[in-house]
Amino acid sequence: MVTRGFTGRRPSRENAHRIPPGQHEVFDFPVLSAGPTPPVSLAEWKFTLKSGVRPVKQWNWEAFNALPRTAMTKDIHCVTTWTKLDTKWEGVLIDDILKDAGLAAPTPWVLAHSVDGYSTNVPTADLTDAKAMIALLYDGVPLEADHGGPARLLVPHLYFWKSAKWVNGLQFTERDTGGFWELRGYHMYGDPWRQQRFTND
Amino acid sequence: MTDSTTRSAEHDWQAATIEAIRVQTPTVKSFVLRPGDARPFFAGQHVDVRLTAEDGYEAHRSYSICSSPHVKGTIELAIEELPTGEVSPYFHEVAQVGDVVDVRGPFTTHFAWQPDEHGEVLLLGGGSGVAPLMSMVRLHAALAEPPRMTLVYSARSWSDVIFRDELLQLRQTRTTLRVVFAITRDITEAPDGLVADFSHRLDQSAIQKLLHENGGMPNTCFVCGNNSFVGAVADALVSAGITPQNIRTERYGE
Repeated sequence: MVTRGFTGRRPSRENAHRIPPGQHEVFDFPVLSAGPTPPVSLAEWKFTLKSGVRPVKQWNWEAFNALPRTAMTKDIHCVTTWTKLDTKWEGVLIDDILKDAGLAAPTPWVLAHSVDGYSTNVPTADLTDAKAMIALLYDGVPLEADHGGPARLLVPHLYFWKSAKWVNGLQFTERDTGGFWELRGYHMYGDPWRQQRFTND
Repeated sequence: MTDSTTRSAEHDWQAATIEAIRVQTPTVKSFVLRPGDARPFFAGQHVDVRLTAEDGYEAHRSYSICSSPHVKGTIELAIEELPTGEVSPYFHEVAQVGDVVDVRGPFTTHFAWQPDEHGEVLLLGGGSGVAPLMSMVRLHAALAEPPRMTLVYSARSWSDVIFRDELLQLRQTRTTLRVVFAITRDITEAPDGLVADFSHRLDQSAIQKLLHENGGMPNTCFVCGNNSFVGAVADALVSAGITPQNIRTERYGE
């Protein structure tokens, strides 16, 4: 249904195909979260890989920073409708974390955990084959706390609530298990190109 | 016909007619919308609004509902005109009473106040961030024995205070509601010689003073505004001893 008198502002022709339906391009980097930014001490920071309840490997900040580094430039899409093109990240691919732990993915489902109790689920297949990383740098400098620093999950092909800020662990689960927003009405998978914002979209 | 067992009605777009447009401040207007099928909502929730151009191009934005859930049939949205915006200029410069836009929602069960569940509440809003908090204040005003509520509203000047007269009236008449104003840039032109509670941004000491004056910790805090406001206030609340899990935030961008 057409809105009388609305003309809108189109994205540039060269970028239009990169903006998923219902999204608009922004040039700043909005910050959204459910609660306060948690303080994270690098001296106490740990990243834990778990299979079910069993810890497989744990890294402290120093050990994690010694893992192989990869850079990626990606478009990111927030469910609140903003999209930012060509964002530059550097961090450790999930593939390299699994390799360092000597673990072949035991289940098809992962639940990511954050320092403040936040969680979100991502299928294993969406984390491997260079699709996702634990990001440590944004735009060449250490990731700011408000944007999830010192480390956040980065899964750019899904809505950005899946890129858990202040991530401190990945857990393989037996079933696809909803996390914080999934339990509050958001989609279990979250593909921006199919506008999977809310449950059953 | 939607099958309600597989798909929730809130996720479907529906037409809503603009029933009234009210000028609130030099940059904010509020819009009363009547959806075809008004759905119940909780104070604090928002709706998504969709505008469609003739060639099918769509713009979607989210706006908090500032009216109370006990008012049936219509919802009110407070929209600030952003100079570089795409949707807000449409609302401020083009939209007229009788025009129709699409809405969907309500959304968020996290930033939502349920009077029986959250105990004493502290609401902190910066600028247009007061919108979802206003829904909570208006609901509070309609309840017979609500828990204690404090609204702390930070605005640049008295003329930027949205719903000003209504808030001034409510704080005089409701004994369980406390309304505190922080006017951060220009404290002149106060209505009727009113004095702002704070004439600077809400910082650590202001938050501590507030909590002390309230005689204790609230059970739940709702903080809404732009990111620098929410970040500063949420950090101050945590430093003052409030459990982070009891602080719910809604951030409008950077």
